[in-house]
Amino acid sequence: MLDKTKIGAETEEREITVEAGMLRLFCQAIGEANPVYVDENAARDAGYRAIPTPPTYASVLANLAPPKTDLVLGVLGADLGRMLHGEQGFTQHKPIFVGDRIRLRQRIADIYDKKGGALEFVVLETSATNQDDELCATMHTVAVLRN
Amino acid sequence: MTIAATYREAAVGAELPQLVTPPIDPLTLALFAGGSGDHNPIHQDRRFAQANGFDEVFAHGMLSMAYLGRLLSNWAPPERIREFSTRFVSITPLRSVVTCSGTVADIGIEDGARLARIKLTTTLSDGTITLSGEAQVHLG
Repeated sequence: MLDKTKIGAETEEREITVEAGMLRLFCQAIGEANPVYVDENAARDAGYRAIPTPPTYASVLANLAPPKTDLVLGVLGADLGRMLHGEQGFTQHKPIFVGDRIRLRQRIADIYDKKGGALEFVVLETSATNQDDELCATMHTVAVLRN
Repeated sequence: MTIAATYREAAVGAELPQLVTPPIDPLTLALFAGGSGDHNPIHQDRRFAQANGFDEVFAHGMLSMAYLGRLLSNWAPPERIREFSTRFVSITPLRSVVTCSGTVADIGIEDGARLARIKLTTTLSDGTITLSGEAQVHLG
């Protein structure tokens, strides 16, 4: 069973600069062809201050700037092969643009189990804040562990 | 069924234009691993998948959520998407064709702004629902 005393454990703050090349690869991977995500002129013509990022990209930034110790695999010691993604949510407060310096923090918000411990759930909350100290996104992740 | 081509035509019960992906092949998953920073071998390495009780590698849940993100951001500019959440209901096997669908469930007023609540699903060719979720889109 996962150690419920780890509820509240937090990562250190990490910072990542949003890069055009990485965003281009993400768009290629998901079949996103809208030029505003790859072409600065198209983005400015659409009224943006820089290239905007698509929905869900805040979670990519969190993957690209991992903490020293992963909360689920490291702090809780869970087995990667037993882990599934149960739920994911984003609340967007401010858009994230290419060139932004985004700071990320993540914490374990809850741990619970179902079916007599056959399934365990870890709820993670992640925040993404930009270089002007504006909260851009909060993310809600539920990881499921099959025991 | 009414189709609302963009958020400007949002009406309760209207559907967003569907999005149907090409089949998800190993290259799609390799690109998504690199592009998303999710290198979990369960999506890349058949032996690892089999050691953990699966017949074959399967697609990242976040790939299907990104497809739903495309459905939404084709419909409304990304900065209008205030909330976006999904449950990963079942696994998306390799070679799947994913159909992304959205319906305007209701339109409400919050802090003086009109917000549309969109019900979202991704489905496979056999009708299996893989993701079920919703989004709140700011209509202005």
